[in-house]
Amino acid sequence: MNPQSTLPPTPAALPPKTGDPGAPGGRGRKGPRSEARLFTGLGHIALAVWAVIVIVPILWTFLAAFKNTTEIFSSPWTLPAELRWENFGRAWTTARVGRYFINSVIVVGCSTFGTMLLGSMAAYVLARYKFWGNRAIYYLFVSGLAFPVFLALVPLFFVVKNLGLLDTHTGVVLVYIAYSLPFTIFFLAAFFKTLPSSVAEAGLIDGCGHTRLFFQVMMPMAKPGLISVAIFNIIGQWAQYQLPLVLLSNAKDKWVLTQGIADISVNAGYEADWSGLFAALTIAILPMIIVYAIFQRQIQAGLTSGAVK
Amino acid sequence: MRHGKYPFVIGFLFAPVTLYVVFVIAPYAQAFQISMTNWRGLSAPQWVGFDNYRRLLDDGSFWKAVQHHGVLLLALPLITIAIALFFSFLLNVGGKSSGGQRQGVWGAKFYRVVFFFPQVLAVAIIAVLFQMVYRPNESGLINGVLMKLGFDPVLFLIRPNLALWSIIAVLVWQAVGFYVVLFSAGMASIPGEIYEAAEMDGATKVTLFFRVTLPLLWDTLQVAWVYLGIAAFDAFAIVAVLSVDGGGPDGATTVLAMEIYRNAFVYSKYGYASAMGVALFFLTLTFAALTLRLTKRESVEY
Repeated sequence: MNPQSTLPPTPAALPPKTGDPGAPGGRGRKGPRSEARLFTGLGHIALAVWAVIVIVPILWTFLAAFKNTTEIFSSPWTLPAELRWENFGRAWTTARVGRYFINSVIVVGCSTFGTMLLGSMAAYVLARYKFWGNRAIYYLFVSGLAFPVFLALVPLFFVVKNLGLLDTHTGVVLVYIAYSLPFTIFFLAAFFKTLPSSVAEAGLIDGCGHTRLFFQVMMPMAKPGLISVAIFNIIGQWAQYQLPLVLLSNAKDKWVLTQGIADISVNAGYEADWSGLFAALTIAILPMIIVYAIFQRQIQAGLTSGAVK
Repeated sequence: MRHGKYPFVIGFLFAPVTLYVVFVIAPYAQAFQISMTNWRGLSAPQWVGFDNYRRLLDDGSFWKAVQHHGVLLLALPLITIAIALFFSFLLNVGGKSSGGQRQGVWGAKFYRVVFFFPQVLAVAIIAVLFQMVYRPNESGLINGVLMKLGFDPVLFLIRPNLALWSIIAVLVWQAVGFYVVLFSAGMASIPGEIYEAAEMDGATKVTLFFRVTLPLLWDTLQVAWVYLGIAAFDAFAIVAVLSVDGGGPDGATTVLAMEIYRNAFVYSKYGYASAMGVALFFLTLTFAALTLRLTKRESVEY
């Protein structure tokens, strides 16, 4: 499950082998060793260049968040003359990034909780109970993995509208849960199948009901799988853009972060508050860096869990 | 699993199944139905048969979008997989071997962590970030440097023949790290003795890569290709936020998702937009089936 755990320990203590005079290359014969060193050398350069390409745009955004508009235009590559924290204040209140941020937290918090609860309930029943229609329901859920959301976009809009849930967080949360169920069930059903059935049988003999068995015995046993899927869902739902764009279009105070920041950027005219926009971007990116720094292994495992079986 | 099984099973399945049928299955089914009507949202929909699909065939922006999906479908997986394979090979087997253990180059762990990070960010946020990076004047990250050095600014998103590639570059930027981690996991499961034996026979790093790593990684590559292909059929968030007026300039970067969104929620042509959705569905399905069929080969047991 964790792609990192099976890797050999990384040789952080080993310095790169450069300029070793005792190598057989010195004998004037172009052996595989010198070719290997060339390959590794070029590889190091390529890796370093890519790391710079990944880091620099983000770092540059953080720096620009402290500048004023004049500085952004005249000296985009220098450090800010002073730390203008007021840029963040403007982004947080005037540009309403604070509101969007809190909305995202509320929506993703509720929808991930709902997805995990409903998804694990369904996955558990489908994985461990024999009943008529089991396979049909399972394939109904799993087939959802194959459909592009855009196929359903128009009817979905009217379903939500007819339920009176348009421009509400409830509507978005329910839709997020529904669209997260296929993967969650697909993954968790496979996981629940691997759990030993002896524990479940012992619980039932002891007079433990099915429901209690699930919440008090099976859920704790499935914790590693639940964590992977929860991370997958949190990051996927946090990044959602098209669904809130369609489902929340007329309620600006309910917008989520992606939608809000994209809107500031797309509608930024000639008198745009560039430093405020950079600050808004920083507010969106920085928490992800912190979360990623702490849960890096779990996040990598969770996001790739769909592909590594 | 005896007494009271059915009430329990029904109780546990009721909420998820209801939610799923109402918000996922029903809309998918209705999409096919709406695509056969001229519904504009106000009056009752009228059945028009395959008219919407016939109009699709004459729609310039539809074909432009399909063409862009073609470019994305080739470029995005090819570039991403090539870069990711090269990096993951370096990070896992690029270094020297000691005591039978293959090792990556120095700093492998750091690189893997950094490369993966963009995957955590939302595409819409990345699109805003690169709007800043690509800005056509001295305030842009790239053009700021170019203009300082005395070059003319590059109009990344404004020149029609450059815009789509600028967008592909951003998608590659985000995706590479994910596939580095994915391929690393695959490479880690290749036993070290195979490399050891190949090196004994005098195989170079390049030979190792093409003759050992690549064939043994085939299944993972197939998964990667399907994933990236599916991503190539979406691309809504990046095009909607990054490109000039949603798919511009002059439709040079538009994708089907963009056209569906525009037709449905700007022009209120719900029937027509649904027809595009159905077309997108069949394109995705064809791609997935073709990929699985064409890349099918006997997997190597080890």
